[in-house]
Amino acid sequence: MQKIPNWADVVLVPLISLLLAAIISAIVLLIIGQNPIEALGILITGALGTSTNLSYTLYYTTNFIFTGLAVAVAYHARLFNIGAEGQAYIGGLGAALACLYVPWPHWTIALIGAGATAAIFGAAWAAIPAYLQAKRGSHIVITTIMFNYISYPLLNYLLNGPIKAEGMEAATPSFASNTHLPNLSEVLGFFGIEFARTGPANVALIVALIACVGVWALIWRTKLGYETRAYGESEPAAKYAGINPTKIIMVAMLISGGLAGMMAINNVMGEAERLVLNAVEGAGFIGIAVALMGRNHPFGILLAALLFGALYQGGAELSAEMRIPREMVTVIQALVILFTGALDNMVRMPIEKIFLMIRNNKEAN
Amino acid sequence: MDLLALFDIAVLDGTVRLAVPLLLACLAGLFSERAGVFDIGLEGKMLISAFFAAAVSFETGNVWIGLFAGIASSVVLSLLHGLASITFRGNQLISGVAINFFASGITVIAAQAWFGQGGRTPSLSGDARFDPIVFPGALTKIREIMKADWGMKVYSELLSGHTIIAYAAIFIVPLVWWVLYRTRFGLRLRAVGENPGAVDTAGISVQRMRYSAVIICGVLTGIAGAYLSTGIQAGFVREMTAGRGYIALAALIFAKWRPWYALGATLLFGYLQALAIRPDILERAIGIKVQTQVLDALPYVLTVIVLAGFVGKAIPPRAGGEAYVKER
Repeated sequence: MQKIPNWADVVLVPLISLLLAAIISAIVLLIIGQNPIEALGILITGALGTSTNLSYTLYYTTNFIFTGLAVAVAYHARLFNIGAEGQAYIGGLGAALACLYVPWPHWTIALIGAGATAAIFGAAWAAIPAYLQAKRGSHIVITTIMFNYISYPLLNYLLNGPIKAEGMEAATPSFASNTHLPNLSEVLGFFGIEFARTGPANVALIVALIACVGVWALIWRTKLGYETRAYGESEPAAKYAGINPTKIIMVAMLISGGLAGMMAINNVMGEAERLVLNAVEGAGFIGIAVALMGRNHPFGILLAALLFGALYQGGAELSAEMRIPREMVTVIQALVILFTGALDNMVRMPIEKIFLMIRNNKEAN
Repeated sequence: MDLLALFDIAVLDGTVRLAVPLLLACLAGLFSERAGVFDIGLEGKMLISAFFAAAVSFETGNVWIGLFAGIASSVVLSLLHGLASITFRGNQLISGVAINFFASGITVIAAQAWFGQGGRTPSLSGDARFDPIVFPGALTKIREIMKADWGMKVYSELLSGHTIIAYAAIFIVPLVWWVLYRTRFGLRLRAVGENPGAVDTAGISVQRMRYSAVIICGVLTGIAGAYLSTGIQAGFVREMTAGRGYIALAALIFAKWRPWYALGATLLFGYLQALAIRPDILERAIGIKVQTQVLDALPYVLTVIVLAGFVGKAIPPRAGGEAYVKER
């Protein structure tokens, strides 16, 4: 028998965690002498106020959907992929190489070709930690952290050397115009909807939404997804049922790395149209918070990514208008991870008790 | 080719300087993980301590009060980690990730609100930082050291002129070894990380043992962080730990969770960091130009190779990462 009803598990627990994170953030703001209500107002108008702001929010949301899905797919196989940051960075390298050195005739083909290259690069970066976990038992958390830290100097070297554009900045040359992805305003304009032309949101958002559906179908509607979840629930039981652990670990991590790599469609192809240093900007880590908050379900991840996209964009406005450093978003992110991930039991236990009390009362009557 | 250049005194001196925070953080992780609590939050704890040590040193003008404040802030985060992973049996890795982000954000916010200098503390001077201890007769001027003979160089630059924390760190390794392998506390601590059920059966509180380990971990990362902002540098700047917590974690695995090996691993990684600052010396030594990025990546690559089991096998404490649930 379930201790708490499904709706409470999916809606109530994350909401209370979010509320706790919000309360502590408000206390932090009070301590540094800022008004939390005023800050919340600026945050909301900053994120949703104009359609340009909304475009930025959706741009960040797109990043976080990809990395959130990446973390979630691995998590279903009980693998904690902290390496989405590095995988997205290497995915960016793949997208950049494809865009720079292949003469794409049209953006649609570039999207498929360079997007696939980005996914393959991201998957390849996840493959070594996956192999070491599956075959040699090396802890995936540690190896993916190490691979993050190997990716930074690698890209640092490439962007300052072999693929550097002329000039001072450590970045690749700009991509050819045939690879430029349409802005969200052009996509929506096709359907007759007016939207800001200035913001960075682009067609990658639609790819991200398709990825959500794809991951949902994969996890809950295929044999592989079933095996992955079974393995995640209990390794001995899965083995007994004839599921091959090596295959699950490898496939789950390859898909995870591939999704993280596909983030490059948005930030590298869609927005910057070249690869710059530190292109991922921590989106890989925010993916952890997004996956935890979204309970590893694509729909939850979509909502959580929207929330974090709004926080990220609103946070930028906060630092401009109220002199609250942008790091406030990092603190909120940390608190969400803490309450929804590590202190989950602290939130859950009282709720379970309340539901037990209600149930006992009903039975007594 | 001039392989002797690899033992350039300036690089060795830098090695000692850079290995100290790694060693302290590595031993901190050793205590925690040997007791069965994984800690990837070393980075965050060092960072918060670096900030509070610098801020309080600046306000009071006394680096010892600053050190105490740094340790206290680091222990608070340790207790949070304990609350999440020991009391509420949450995921220890996720808790560590949260702590790292929390420290990364809150230090900048606090520094900005406190000093208004864009997320840094003002520069420390005088009694507000740890001064180098100069041995009697040691040379202090760079020009004099350059001219001196080899023995005098070693004495003046390598042995003399470090802060008290660096000298204390040398004694910490045997102390940690003694505590872990020669005391009852150490035996119980290791047992709690391998087989908590047995420890519980013997009538010892698993939770209390693990909390003590986590607190010791907080104290050591606190000293490591304070050393960064008041010993190596004169003040706090954002993200000043720069991944040292993760290098320490790598060193811990490289050392296979043993104190003396930890000394070796952190000296090696400290040496690589010191060499990365002086690519000219490396080029002189081996005759080819090596990208500094190779040296930046090397600690992590080496750790992956060790983790892969190609150089012996790194076996973590058996009960590591799992919360202990008392049987009823």
